[in-house]
Amino acid sequence: MTEEKRPILELRGITKRFPGVVANAGVDLALYPGEVLALLGENGAGKSTLMNILIGLYRQDEGEIYLRGEPVEIRSPRDSDALGIGMVHQNFMLVPTMTVAENVILGLQDLSFVPKMDEVVARINEISERYNLQVDPYASIWQLSVGEQQRVEILKLIYRGAEVLILDEPTAVLTPQESEELARVLQVMTSEGKSAIFITHKMDEVLSFSNWVQVLQHGKSIAVKKTAETNAQELARLMVGREVLFRLDKAPATPGDVLLEMRDVHALDDKGLPALRGISLQIRGGEILGIAGVAGNGQRQLSEAVTGLRTVTAGEVLINGQPMTNRSPLEIIQAGVSHIPADRVGVGAVGDMAVSDNLAMKGYRNAPMSRKGILYPPRILEFAKKMIASFQIATPTPKTHIKFLSGGNIQKAILAREIDACAGVLVAVYPSRGLDVGATEAVRKRLLKQRAQGSAVLLISEDLEELLTISDKVAVLFDGEVMGVLPSEEAQIATLGLMMAGSRLSQIV
Amino acid sequence: MQFIFEKRQSVSRQAIILVPIISFLVSLLLGAILLAVSGANPLLTYAAMGKGAFGSWRNISETLVKAIPLMLTGLGVSIAFRMRFWNIGAEGQLTLGGVAAAWAALSLADVLPAWMLLPTVILFGMLAGALWAGVPAALKVLMGVDETLTTLMLNYVAILFSKHLYYGPWRDPEGFGFPGTAPFPEAAWLPRLGHTRAHWGLLFAVVLAIVLWLVLNRTRWGFELRIIGENKRAARYLGINIARNVILALAVSGALSGLAGACEVAGISRRLQQGLSIGYGYTAIIVAWMAQLNPLAVLLVAILMGGLLVGGDQVQMMMGLPAAVGLVLQGMILFPMLAGSLFTEYRLRIIRPEKTPPALVTTEEA
Repeated sequence: MTEEKRPILELRGITKRFPGVVANAGVDLALYPGEVLALLGENGAGKSTLMNILIGLYRQDEGEIYLRGEPVEIRSPRDSDALGIGMVHQNFMLVPTMTVAENVILGLQDLSFVPKMDEVVARINEISERYNLQVDPYASIWQLSVGEQQRVEILKLIYRGAEVLILDEPTAVLTPQESEELARVLQVMTSEGKSAIFITHKMDEVLSFSNWVQVLQHGKSIAVKKTAETNAQELARLMVGREVLFRLDKAPATPGDVLLEMRDVHALDDKGLPALRGISLQIRGGEILGIAGVAGNGQRQLSEAVTGLRTVTAGEVLINGQPMTNRSPLEIIQAGVSHIPADRVGVGAVGDMAVSDNLAMKGYRNAPMSRKGILYPPRILEFAKKMIASFQIATPTPKTHIKFLSGGNIQKAILAREIDACAGVLVAVYPSRGLDVGATEAVRKRLLKQRAQGSAVLLISEDLEELLTISDKVAVLFDGEVMGVLPSEEAQIATLGLMMAGSRLSQIV
Repeated sequence: MQFIFEKRQSVSRQAIILVPIISFLVSLLLGAILLAVSGANPLLTYAAMGKGAFGSWRNISETLVKAIPLMLTGLGVSIAFRMRFWNIGAEGQLTLGGVAAAWAALSLADVLPAWMLLPTVILFGMLAGALWAGVPAALKVLMGVDETLTTLMLNYVAILFSKHLYYGPWRDPEGFGFPGTAPFPEAAWLPRLGHTRAHWGLLFAVVLAIVLWLVLNRTRWGFELRIIGENKRAARYLGINIARNVILALAVSGALSGLAGACEVAGISRRLQQGLSIGYGYTAIIVAWMAQLNPLAVLLVAILMGGLLVGGDQVQMMMGLPAAVGLVLQGMILFPMLAGSLFTEYRLRIIRPEKTPPALVTTEEA
């Protein structure tokens, strides 16, 4: 052993069991100083469990963790903090009403009773400078964009002296430009000897960000590759154990009548600030209109304005030619609009009710599931079994509470319910977010099938590849306005990126 | 040896049934300590309580007398709690139900034909209870007013209002100064079962428990109520009218407690007087939790709780212990209940080092 690099972090034979499931089965992992390791795997492959063990939220049943060659015990997040291991979660762990500086020092042990904020701010500024993490220490978190909040999370970890950073799908919420900035931040960090574990579903990021790729499948590590020596197809095959179609067969569009139309729609967000500022869009039957944009530019409000969940302050919404502005959610459902909401656990499903009940939550109003207000449980069960089979929902039984299912299967259940009830318009918000390759493909195929059957599909997504693959047209939303609509064959990532950052299509061309 | 809590893969049905039973046993154990400290023999005391509550047909009927209002208010509280609406105002709803029933019994006796009087009395009791719960419900869904405060405070309004009535304007002039109204005309009496004091309220409670179970589990409205109770944001997204349903459900909740009040005045005291409720509306909260908000289980739990009250009275008479023993036990059930509910979704796994599966385990600790 001469000058060969020794891993800063090493996992050996990590096993973690949950009732009925082995989440991790003897996983080995090595992370070298100054390098980025990409962790790939389908949902439920055991990535999150492994990372949660590393930061002390779970404890492994078997196996050891070595840091700089020394065995370590990580019993709680406080231990991992002290060892210099930190994680940026998908959902940021920041207090919205507090300032950046306050969030950074929150929970630190070695602070004086009255923290000397001047010193804290000075250090934050020094770190921001060094790592190119621009952020105003005095700004409150709620004022920041998602990208800025992520910077605060990273800054927080560096401030605490983290040497190993775990990033859980960090680019899911970023614009292409912001993703590039993140890549630069990672570069500076690794050049200073820090290392990172990067969880993602996106192949191009794996290839551009990482030094090593490790693929997990069913809790086992099945491959460790040097990034330079592999490619997207090989990784995708390793992840799911079969070849994945990245190009779905898409029949040419056969547009029918305009089924969904918005005319100069305005709406406010939850804080009462303008969120939609004059949206005008049309979707014909048999057509998918994709909405691109950085999260927080009015996407959620757009879907809610269409489905009756948010008051339209000005303008008109027409469904199938009928004015439906500010009708109740029920009237809009009855007009044939289905909605796959962005928050599948908080809005789309009722966790403490059975899968069968969740599947029946649109159809229960009518025969055969109910007649004259009386429910027919056998019919509900029959319907549920049909849906479970045709959408391949993996559930122990139809009576299992839906919260015990994985995210992908919950999404399949919502999809089944909404598509079955769909009579003309389907509003799909981030339908494949956080899903593995297999489930993503299933979702996209269903959307295309809906299109083939003549539905108008409004697809809101943060995944440009998804938008370009399956939509017929793409509209870009920025700050509550449409920056332009263009056919997806003509859309280029660079153009969309500029529009997502606020340039109008007319200004670019 | 290592103890760990594991999340179950599904909600445990055994735990749902066992937790209340074990909780009751734990409360008996804790109560025993208390009794021993105060110098009484716990075993003898419990034996006396059990005998007092269930030892003879007469005692059982007295237990039922106490259980009936607990059943009705317990059902009322359960339906509200299922909506995550913390109605702790069953006491006030019961009291106001008694007041309205008394008014109907005394004022409408000359107006209505005799056969219509009792149904009217009961209807008035239910309407008053519905109103008393409907107001906080409307305030909550329309203006976001916290229901724990409004329902609690309305208890005092109802109780003091009823006091004002039977000490003041409604006091029986021939009652020798006793605080209470004149006795009801016989047409307003709720029939009793045989020669006991237990009355038709028992039949109402049993029938309503079954109806409520069917409504919750077999009707579209019940399905909507369950969705609202579990996830309001999902309910709104699914096109369910939350405001209307919550107000309706709370009206039903209050009507059940109002019915309890009407039954008490028309079936037991046959007048409105001091001591209409001995805290039934509060005990109803324990009944509802212990029954895990299941209407059918409410009936059984209410009998148990009624037994504790009667048994407590018995040990006071026979052993000179305070009657509050029963109340203490009732109160102590709630703590193991809340702690035990953990087991419906988690299970405790005990790992013994030598039994850990494969041989890959590190032996450092052994």
